[in-house]
Amino acid sequence: MPEGADMTDTGSRSRVETVDVAPVNKKENRSLYKKREKIYPKRAQGGFRKFKWFVMAVTLTIYYVTPWLRWDRGPNAPDQAVLIDLPGRRFYFFFIEIWPQEVFFIAGLLILAAMVLFLTAATVGRAWCGYSCPQTVWTDLFIAVERFWEGDRNARMRLDRAPASVGKFGKKLGKHISWLLIAVATGGAWVFYFADAPTLASELFALDAQFAAYVWIGILTAFTYVFGGFMREQVCTYMCPWPRIQAALADEDTLIVNYNVERGEPRGSHKAGESWEGRGDCVDCNQCVAVCPMGIDIRDGQQIECISCALCIDACNGVMEKVGRPPNLIGYSTLNMADQDARGETPRFRMFRGRTVLYAGMIALVGAIMLYALLTRSVMDIGVQHQRNPLFTTLSDGSIRNAYTVRITNKLHEDRTFRLRVEGLAGADVRRIGGDAGLPVFRVGPDTIESYRVFVTSPGPDVPASRDLEFVIEDLANGNTAITDSSFKGPQR
Amino acid sequence: MSDKREIDPVTGQETTGHEWDGIRELDTPMPRWWLWTFYATIAWSVAYMIAMPAIPLVSDYTKGVLGYSQRESVRMDIAEAREAQSGLRSRIEEASLEEILDVADLREFAVAGGQSAFAVNCSQCHGSGGAGAPGYPNLNDDAWVWGGSLERIHEIIRVGIRSEHPDTLFNEMPAFLKDELLPRDQVDDVVEYVLAISGQDHEVESADRGRGVFLEQCAACHMESGKGDRELGAPNLTDAIWLYGGDRESIWNTVADPRNGVMPNWDDKLDPVTRKQLAIYVHQLGGGE
Repeated sequence: MPEGADMTDTGSRSRVETVDVAPVNKKENRSLYKKREKIYPKRAQGGFRKFKWFVMAVTLTIYYVTPWLRWDRGPNAPDQAVLIDLPGRRFYFFFIEIWPQEVFFIAGLLILAAMVLFLTAATVGRAWCGYSCPQTVWTDLFIAVERFWEGDRNARMRLDRAPASVGKFGKKLGKHISWLLIAVATGGAWVFYFADAPTLASELFALDAQFAAYVWIGILTAFTYVFGGFMREQVCTYMCPWPRIQAALADEDTLIVNYNVERGEPRGSHKAGESWEGRGDCVDCNQCVAVCPMGIDIRDGQQIECISCALCIDACNGVMEKVGRPPNLIGYSTLNMADQDARGETPRFRMFRGRTVLYAGMIALVGAIMLYALLTRSVMDIGVQHQRNPLFTTLSDGSIRNAYTVRITNKLHEDRTFRLRVEGLAGADVRRIGGDAGLPVFRVGPDTIESYRVFVTSPGPDVPASRDLEFVIEDLANGNTAITDSSFKGPQR
Repeated sequence: MSDKREIDPVTGQETTGHEWDGIRELDTPMPRWWLWTFYATIAWSVAYMIAMPAIPLVSDYTKGVLGYSQRESVRMDIAEAREAQSGLRSRIEEASLEEILDVADLREFAVAGGQSAFAVNCSQCHGSGGAGAPGYPNLNDDAWVWGGSLERIHEIIRVGIRSEHPDTLFNEMPAFLKDELLPRDQVDDVVEYVLAISGQDHEVESADRGRGVFLEQCAACHMESGKGDRELGAPNLTDAIWLYGGDRESIWNTVADPRNGVMPNWDDKLDPVTRKQLAIYVHQLGGGE
């Protein structure tokens, strides 16, 4: 018996519409041999719905606007804030610039993202699925468009049952054209991340852009249209691995969308003025099922299909308010909290547990490592390749000469001058091929890697078969150095 | 097993009639899209065999109605590449060797082309890195029997050494023992002398005797100092580089019965542009003067 059930019955202030709806993806209703049954989600109203609109606006804005942000990097670099420059082999993110050999930054970022996702999953459950996953956001948008053209649940069902007519065709056409426009815009925004957005935009409209741009827009358009318009909940239930991983990350202290069985049962229809004595608060109006985009009944308990979008909470709270019962018959809760509630204790949400502390610690650690790597990222580099054929050359005075290919990387957007020296072979002569004696000086252009052939000659004939060498470049402007190892080979004796 | 058609009560699907330990297999038809894709690939393969070269015959093959040929396609690719290079090639043809060295894009093109031509024509003797072998000079070092200037390298590539070319560079080291120009003890002595002037271990008395022999027999080409003469193609005997080896036995063999190796000429085998590219490439290996 829920608390307050024996209190004065206020009665339902207004009639609650009972929806005739079957949860098509309820376990018992769903056979693997059955075709998908279309879901007609009813419009929900309430706090969570407002929050979802807000998240949709923020995420879509980030997605569509980001490529248009500018960031001044000086004359020798693009001014797009976020740019994946594939032909130039660069990734720009505001003040960060990453070269292909620094791809571990991306790996670190992905690890960090995964950790954050783990932490969210362990604390607030499937918040990612319910609010910010692109599949959820775009499906939500597509359903909103559908509702604009065809009306809410009942109207849509009537329209689908109605015989073919000009009006029906017009509505459907309007819906699909709107969907396609959104899909094209989605694909269009995607390609802007890979090229200068204003340039590419004008090229796209002039039909003058690279073929690959149109191909990618086509692919993204197709996926957006099909995933958002037709596949919807099937993507989450059948295609996405995350619900399964999620199950391993959640525990009895993870927030889930929960139906309070103790308080709700026994359920049954309730007429205004009737007593609430001896019955549950659930009036079995099926509103929670009607608004569910996944086609399930939350009253059946935890299900893998549930993405925790909380629309059923909004729907139920609306009903509870109408019938004058306290809200959150369906609400965010944890399994432990539900148990405590059932035992009559005050439910307490436990945020700090072993796993959440561990995840938070790992996030801090990985974040710190990433930050350190980023702050100490070198802007110059040297690579040396010892020439292997021939390994060494004996000169006429008997001295031994080795040849190397020296690659100098200048990651700054300005010309720099480096001086090369070699350590580990006293008295060695270091020079560029065809160059004069004296330590060679190289001028490396902005944002480039240059290769040079360099000769190192021993002062006399007596060298061991192999010895270690260090190649050092020094930036003449500020004295910064970069070092790499190589070796000096001589004849076997 | 049974021949009777069975219907699975759960799915309403026919079974294959096979049963293993109570487990039966549903006879699920192929998905329609899968079948049509399969038929489409069959149709495609037939059309492909008609359109493209396909069936091997005894001494020939079916050419296909589209007339595609991989050889032809390669030939066109090569022609296209030649066409793309033609500007650089004609500039190399007109420029002098020094000018090629001075202009960055010409030099890079010459080195790349020279490297490729070297691998095809020269590496058999000189090694893929130009490091040579006994009897075949190392092109990386700074010792040149006939000279190491750009012009000289280019000329040697053109006319060769002891080759069949009318302008070939030519000399001949006499076979002092084989042709009985010197008795054996004098050959021994002169070998000790050569070891002495190249700074190696030697028998002092024998070398002293050998000095007279050297001045009489060898100095005409190798000079009194033993440093040789590039005009004559006489190697420097005082340095650390030896074409046929610098130890006692190798030097003795050379004096007794020299080999007088041949560098072929490439005048009519390689076009002038390739020869220029080769000269540039060899010159930049490390010993160019």
